[in-house]
Amino acid sequence: MIPQLLHSLPQVLVDGVTLGAVYATVALGYTMVYGILELINFAHGEIFMSGAFIGTAILIGLNSAGWLGHLPKLLVLLLTLAVAMGLTGLLGMGIERVAYRPLRNAPRLIPLISAIGVSFVLQDVVRFIAEWRTGNYIVTGVTLYGAELNLGSLTVKTNTLIVLGAAVLMMAGLDLFVRRTRWGTAMRAVAQDKDTAALMSINVNRVIALTFFMGSALGGATGVLFAQQYGTIDPYIGFILGLKAFTAAVLGGIGNIRGAMFGGFVLGILEMFASAELGPLTGGVLGAEYKDVFAFLILIAVLLFKPEGLFGQAVKEKV
Amino acid sequence: MKKHRVLSWVAVTSAVMLLSACGAGGGGGNTASSGGGGGGGGNVIKIATQSPLSGGSATLGEAIKLGAQLAVEDKQEEFKKLGFTLQLVPYDDQADPKKGVANAQMIASDQDILGVVGHLNSGVAIPSSEVYEKYAIPMVSPANTATQVTDRGLKTVNRICARDDFQGPAGAQFAVQTLGAKKIFVIQDKTAYGQGLADAFKDAAQKLGAQIVGYEGITVGEKDFNGVLNNAKAANPDLIYFGGLYAEGGLIVKQAREKGLNIPILGGDGLDSSTMVQIAGADIANTYYTSVAADVTKTDSGKQWADRYQQKFGKPVESYSAYGYDSAQVLLKGIENAIQANGGKKPTREQVRDAVRAIQDFQGIVTKVGFDDKGDNKFANVYVYKFDGQKYPGTQVAAMSKQS
Repeated sequence: MIPQLLHSLPQVLVDGVTLGAVYATVALGYTMVYGILELINFAHGEIFMSGAFIGTAILIGLNSAGWLGHLPKLLVLLLTLAVAMGLTGLLGMGIERVAYRPLRNAPRLIPLISAIGVSFVLQDVVRFIAEWRTGNYIVTGVTLYGAELNLGSLTVKTNTLIVLGAAVLMMAGLDLFVRRTRWGTAMRAVAQDKDTAALMSINVNRVIALTFFMGSALGGATGVLFAQQYGTIDPYIGFILGLKAFTAAVLGGIGNIRGAMFGGFVLGILEMFASAELGPLTGGVLGAEYKDVFAFLILIAVLLFKPEGLFGQAVKEKV
Repeated sequence: MKKHRVLSWVAVTSAVMLLSACGAGGGGGNTASSGGGGGGGGNVIKIATQSPLSGGSATLGEAIKLGAQLAVEDKQEEFKKLGFTLQLVPYDDQADPKKGVANAQMIASDQDILGVVGHLNSGVAIPSSEVYEKYAIPMVSPANTATQVTDRGLKTVNRICARDDFQGPAGAQFAVQTLGAKKIFVIQDKTAYGQGLADAFKDAAQKLGAQIVGYEGITVGEKDFNGVLNNAKAANPDLIYFGGLYAEGGLIVKQAREKGLNIPILGGDGLDSSTMVQIAGADIANTYYTSVAADVTKTDSGKQWADRYQQKFGKPVESYSAYGYDSAQVLLKGIENAIQANGGKKPTREQVRDAVRAIQDFQGIVTKVGFDDKGDNKFANVYVYKFDGQKYPGTQVAAMSKQS
């Protein structure tokens, strides 16, 4: 049992880290918005999904125009990412403007409900558009990097490396932005105390809009990478993934950027480990279907002993 | 004339009452003779179809209707010789149980309708057949696979396609006996359909001597199945069975191939979709699925029939066209038998109902039909299809019958 476990462990780790990277970048969107508004933006999973659809639409468009073969792959990927990030960023800003800003002084539960409403609207709008031509909302896109690398017993898709690289770049970029730039400082100030920040001549509305833009752009970019990794998307991918990413954010201490990254990776690896090894380890009593139970048990355990999440206290500043 | 109709109506009703009294008394036997006194009146015989002619599954519903229409037109001459005008009355059940039941009431009120071909959806067939049972209108279903359709033990309900609970065992037969699988890894999607199918498969495969090296569940809606597949790879199986639908099935096939698991992957009719091929792309090769619908063009006579259908309606045959045709044929055969047993007079619905159930050996265009005491077809096969390259549907590679 143990040798078999050790044998498959590298593969489990690679798959887990990939899934974790997706969770982590999506979790950033939750944690940034929560840090600044104390609002759980439940529409964020749908922004991720919209990003996946926008990216896939661009690639399918380029492919049917016949340009895909002529352009360098990396350029196409960067272009797709840039467009998808821009559009989902604007989408996030728009949602904030329409659904959250008018409710900013309402009781906490009210914007939560409007967030759920927005997420239903996005799901069905995307489903409507996706179904328009083919009558089928499950869309299979173009995969740019489909090759597989065989390293001994390990199989890695080239796209996995791209997902990991892009996720790390985005996270490092965000971290730098928040800590080293004027806008980042303004964000941290607003997160700490909106009213005082306003007194210090910070335009709070613009900072919040910027936060939504960045969080949503990250979510959208992850959507594109996700579509590339798994090939097939539908308008409902945002729901489960959003829930898991939110969990990751809570695990790391919601409101804390580094905590969200860490929580994402932990959740991804735990989940992959549980679904691959739970069956063999328990002699088939608990199968892969218990992977979520396993992952959430860990979450409950963490929250029992450290209710503020893993990084909640260690780092004081919140964004 | 009016008086005569009223009289005959009274006669029919009294016959109905007499018969139901008979039935309650447990007198099966030759009901045709006991109902001999009633019957008369009118020389029009109608059969109805009930299938969705509008909405999302209209293509399949239309296929059932057109199949039945062809059967009626083929038989019109024969019925004319017997002195009857044969007509088809199509109803649109809109794949909606409420509409199906409302239509069933209308069918019941038209005394010339002696039987129904339908439905497409088991969810519609089940409530509608309660109405048919009440008015003794025999139903022959071309497409309802849910076990509950016949398990309620209604006298009017028959089907010519296989039952859902035969798909798993048939898949197991194919996997173990045809593909020679010894170590099988089973994945299911934790839904009633997927788990039921996978469990039935697992039990049957174990009985046939295969070893189940893993049995895992996945969550509908997720896209990453690498965890389960890592587990599968470690168990080193020579076949993967998947109980679930195409959205997850396609991804499992794709991700399994990416992991280098190039073994056969088998599933149920949940994989029977063109989207399955789109999702899995070129990785679809070596993937099989079972289905209750046969490819009618496999035989020469079936091919001729399909050409005739295409010529007449200008549409290609769908999977259930031939089943619509055969259902109507079986029903008409039952009516013919009932007419003969009734001395050439128009039979009652009860007589037709019992004559349809009594059919034991009817060779249709796509399947042989013989009903057991529940109304299931003893000769219903489950067919195995293989995806050959990136096209849908797959090619039929085997037919699994219950006898073997």
